[in-house]
Amino acid sequence: MANIPVEALSGNRAQPYPGAPDNWKRFFSFSTDHKVIGIQYIVTSFVFFLVGGLFAMIIRGELITPEANLVDRTLYNAMFTMHGSVMLFLWSFPVLVGLANYLVPLMIGARDMAFPRLNAAAFWMVPVVGILMMSSFFVPGGPSQSGWWAYPPVSLQNPTGTLINGQVLWLLAVAISGVSSIMGAVNFVSTIFKLRAPGMTFFKMPVFVWTVLAAQIIQLFGLPALTAGAVMLLLDITTGTSFFRPESGGNPVLYQHFFWFYSHPAVYVLALPVFGVFSEILPVYARKPLFGYRVVAVSSLIITGLSAIVWVHHMYASGTPGWMRMLFMFTTMSISVPTGIKIFAWTATIFGGKLRLDTPMLFALAGVVNFVFAGITGIMLGSVPVDIHVNNTYFVVGHFHYVVYGTIVFGIYAAIYHWFPKMTGRMYYEGLGKVHFWLTWIGTTLNFLPMHPVGLMGMPRRVASYDPEFAFWNVLASLGGFLLGLSTLPFILNMVSSWIQGEQASHNPWRAIGLEWLIASPPPVENFEQLPIVVSEPYGYGKDEPLVSNLAELSESPE
Amino acid sequence: MTSESAIANQVESKIVEEHNEEANSKFGFWVFLLSESVIFLSFFAGYIVYKTTSTDWLPAGVEGLDTHDPAINTVVLISSSFVIYVAERFLHDKKLWGFRFFLLATMLMGSYFLYGQAVEWQGLEFGLTSGLYGATFYLLTGFHGLHVMTGVLLQTIMFLRSFIPGNYDKSSFGIIATSLFWHFVDVIWIILYGLIYVWQ
Repeated sequence: MANIPVEALSGNRAQPYPGAPDNWKRFFSFSTDHKVIGIQYIVTSFVFFLVGGLFAMIIRGELITPEANLVDRTLYNAMFTMHGSVMLFLWSFPVLVGLANYLVPLMIGARDMAFPRLNAAAFWMVPVVGILMMSSFFVPGGPSQSGWWAYPPVSLQNPTGTLINGQVLWLLAVAISGVSSIMGAVNFVSTIFKLRAPGMTFFKMPVFVWTVLAAQIIQLFGLPALTAGAVMLLLDITTGTSFFRPESGGNPVLYQHFFWFYSHPAVYVLALPVFGVFSEILPVYARKPLFGYRVVAVSSLIITGLSAIVWVHHMYASGTPGWMRMLFMFTTMSISVPTGIKIFAWTATIFGGKLRLDTPMLFALAGVVNFVFAGITGIMLGSVPVDIHVNNTYFVVGHFHYVVYGTIVFGIYAAIYHWFPKMTGRMYYEGLGKVHFWLTWIGTTLNFLPMHPVGLMGMPRRVASYDPEFAFWNVLASLGGFLLGLSTLPFILNMVSSWIQGEQASHNPWRAIGLEWLIASPPPVENFEQLPIVVSEPYGYGKDEPLVSNLAELSESPE
Repeated sequence: MTSESAIANQVESKIVEEHNEEANSKFGFWVFLLSESVIFLSFFAGYIVYKTTSTDWLPAGVEGLDTHDPAINTVVLISSSFVIYVAERFLHDKKLWGFRFFLLATMLMGSYFLYGQAVEWQGLEFGLTSGLYGATFYLLTGFHGLHVMTGVLLQTIMFLRSFIPGNYDKSSFGIIATSLFWHFVDVIWIILYGLIYVWQ
């Protein structure tokens, strides 16, 4: 009988709260465990990735012929609007928050996030955002048709005249997603500042943690500006104010300023954690320390700073005065310095290394290559003369898809494969992973590369029909689009089957260096038996120095 | 070795810190307030752009805003920031009745501000849809008013919770946050008053 309290204690250790489910059901509960929340984020957002991908394939299906003959034009407008909105607000943001949720506390040696209940509340807003966004298909007039940036006066039109219309639902969804993101950002920044393990100084943090910090700071100063613009837009639609109504003295360009003040830095909110993923993965599979660790870490914060002063490059063609164009051209170009630092550091990291081309490494390498290409077209678009020429063409679409798909989605896939053994305790199937990689790589190139020439030829974006001279490139792009849709199938098969019956993974299958690899796979609730005492910098590959001084005490059964 | 003892010291201090959830919450609340202030900064920026570029700023028949009553309102709101500070000190010294008295006083002053704002709104001859002037005025004062209302609500909750025995023994983060929020609302009002009432 004396054993009973002891058993109750160990029972508590395995659960975030007494009586919490410990099987698959925990992913459907209001769990406060950051690892459960992380997986909840990743899986939920992947479902919306499929939804957004379906919209993309409808768009590509329409564009495979020059005539508008697949869907109604109203629905086509709704498709590109919802494709962008779903992919950003319901896939890219939440999936990266999910990865950060899972990894940051493990990487800094914390038992959980600083505010676990806030964390869970922030996650459970994501399904609400999704339901609101999807419900706009069932209101009179259908979903918003003004594109994901919802520029007035298009977004103010409200042809059905009803109060509950697609645009209002869209604004509500974006507002709730904003609240969720701010809650997450407060949590991440507090966690990284306050919950680092003993000895874990800023310059012993893995670069992924640095990039998450840099990205979440952007959320904190950027999102409120979008919220302000969204509140004014909502008032314009619902109460008849004239903030952005030109016919009654309003200024629609001001909305663009509010919107891009957040939405350009938002690209770095997505890209920075992916840069962190590259910085984590390349050293592991090249067996070399990350080149220039400190500079790479600090360059993330430089990107954060610069991201706040580049937004007008989206508005070169919005009647922006010449001096402003010059100023923002200069700041935009200077972004290439900190990103260039990272590229060169990654190249130097893998240079002369003993590369092991497993699926995560393939995705990471391909992601870096795509990012270099996106960076080159980014420099082109950042310069005023080129941008005026290709403004609103498929060249822009090609550029940012190379960023959001070629770089960010590749980085996300790399991260999911790399940390899959840690998250589930099982190995994925390498063969299926390679099939997935090659399908994705070919699909991405086939889909997004043709957008560049066709954009330079002058094909405008967001059209359902186009001149037949653009048909060749569009057929290629559409085939690539369907290939990308196909590429998710081996991924889903791989994830589901290996989670159920994959080979058991050891605590460190990649022989990687990092706090998360020192404990069991999957880690227990509260992660560490005893908080680690960190004694050396990360990425000590080939250096033969211990990462922590109390290795034996970290978990109950160290291997 | 000195480095080892330094690490050992750090461990000791960290263990204390690990239990110091109040410090973490305070840090988090500061981060939140900094972020919240950017919404107001955006509205202020919008106001300045509208005011300086709009061709017909004042609606027809509107002379401007009366500054007398809002000035009284301002004084009441600013002084309530000192009153809530006194309440905080009383709680710090574990004198609950003094805390309750001064917190109640803050709530009354905040409510007076809201009342004064409502009276002012009622007497104005322009509405939300009276051009950019009306829209920005009601947006700024209304959004700030919502924050004052939230502040009074938080104070009410803190007031009621003071009757739960031992509620503030372990942590007084609730009242620290409420008070910080109230100072924040005050600072925003000072800028807002300068932009809307002084700069006419």
